[in-house]
Amino acid sequence: MSAGTVAIIDYGSGNLHSAAKAFERAAREAECDARIAVTSDPAVVAAADRVVLPGVGAYADCRRGLDAVSGMVEAMDEAAQRRGRPFLGICVGMQLLASRGLEYETTPGLGWIPGDVAAITPGDPGLKVPHMGWNTLVARRAHPLLAGIPTGDDGLHAYFVHSYALAAREPADVVATSDYGGPVTAMVARGTVAGTQFHPEKSQKLGLALIANFLRWRP
Amino acid sequence: MLKTRIIPCLDVKDGRVVKGVQFLALRDAGDPVEAAKAYDRAGADELCFLDITASHEDRGILLGAVSRTAEACFMPLTVGGGVRRVEDIRTLLLAGADKVSINTAAVADPDFVAAAAEKFGDQCIVVAIDAKRVSGPGEPGRWEIFTHGGRRPTGLDAVAFARTVTARGAGELLVTSMDRDGMRSGYDLGLTRAISDAVGVPVIASGGVGGLDDLVAGVRDGGASAVLAASIFHFGQHTVAEAKAHMAAAGLAMRLDP
Repeated sequence: MSAGTVAIIDYGSGNLHSAAKAFERAAREAECDARIAVTSDPAVVAAADRVVLPGVGAYADCRRGLDAVSGMVEAMDEAAQRRGRPFLGICVGMQLLASRGLEYETTPGLGWIPGDVAAITPGDPGLKVPHMGWNTLVARRAHPLLAGIPTGDDGLHAYFVHSYALAAREPADVVATSDYGGPVTAMVARGTVAGTQFHPEKSQKLGLALIANFLRWRP
Repeated sequence: MLKTRIIPCLDVKDGRVVKGVQFLALRDAGDPVEAAKAYDRAGADELCFLDITASHEDRGILLGAVSRTAEACFMPLTVGGGVRRVEDIRTLLLAGADKVSINTAAVADPDFVAAAAEKFGDQCIVVAIDAKRVSGPGEPGRWEIFTHGGRRPTGLDAVAFARTVTARGAGELLVTSMDRDGMRSGYDLGLTRAISDAVGVPVIASGGVGGLDDLVAGVRDGGASAVLAASIFHFGQHTVAEAKAHMAAAGLAMRLDP
């Protein structure tokens, strides 16, 4: 099986090193032929078979970083929206799929998954923010990226570290939530675009399984 | 449901683990990457590297270890020691750290925490608070921040300082009792609880673990979201799995993934 070229977008944010290594490991374990390219070249992204947008940091800062790479947003649009290539946003990379972010200041997102990224306010005031650590997933609907991954209270854990969360306008865009004083959006998807609030590249077994599913995904 | 984290901490000096890591039966017990891999396999929830030399010329060695760890271990890694500039944080994150721990620089200038959080997000800025009890017996608990390995008093109240740095954007606090560090008599639960109650961010209890009940107490009585330990794991007194089973049996929510 071949996943083709997987472009991991380098826009000065995100832990690209560990993301790339996790994708390489997942491809190897799944016996999937994939060429992992960490790139800041819009032409590579536009032509890639799969695109990954990582992100660590503050929303506005990440958006500025993305805009600073001339032609990158257009290249992402070309790959994901026009050519229908599988696209995965991770953490702030997932939040950037939303309409806008409200961290520190109001920042426009890509608008691919309608909704706002707003501060987490757990129903239980005793809960700490950031939502930091290992949590299980509650599947809201089936999705190829969750294939074979046990969810629910007895399921595998994913690693979260975030103070803001995506509130999707369309419930159908939410694939999974996590319980943290109420449901917190953990994974979204629409068409060929998906995003995880948790870090698959830091989520050991669950993370490598999800990355392998992404490499096999043929939407 | 969010689980309580167990965080083995490795003190790294000149690119080598000091204090020794004896249970791991490693070919090279001083290599932080080999130790990290062993803890990864053992089910640790996060790892912490504290660079205790952190002189400028040693940074490259540490970065190499961080980078090789991130290649092999798909779990979160916090790195601290000698972080003084925004550029230091960027370099560590690019090497593969997920969170960066700031200590002396936060004491010297809490606005540094704000600059770091605005750039990288609250979630990756950990402020390490090293404190000693300064209240006398029978008095209400009062703790003061010390720097330079506990030699230099700052006159700063630990709880007030915790509030200050949290307001500036620290996403997590690593609270170490310098009285208990290495004493194996349990965390200073009064300190842990006082800070945990004072702030809205997660607190990691650190300093003084002697046995598995101390880990339970750090969460139940100290209000910590995560427990950090070194010796009990390094010297093979307990495995991470034993610690998790013990904490789960005490009613704490633990990650027990296969």
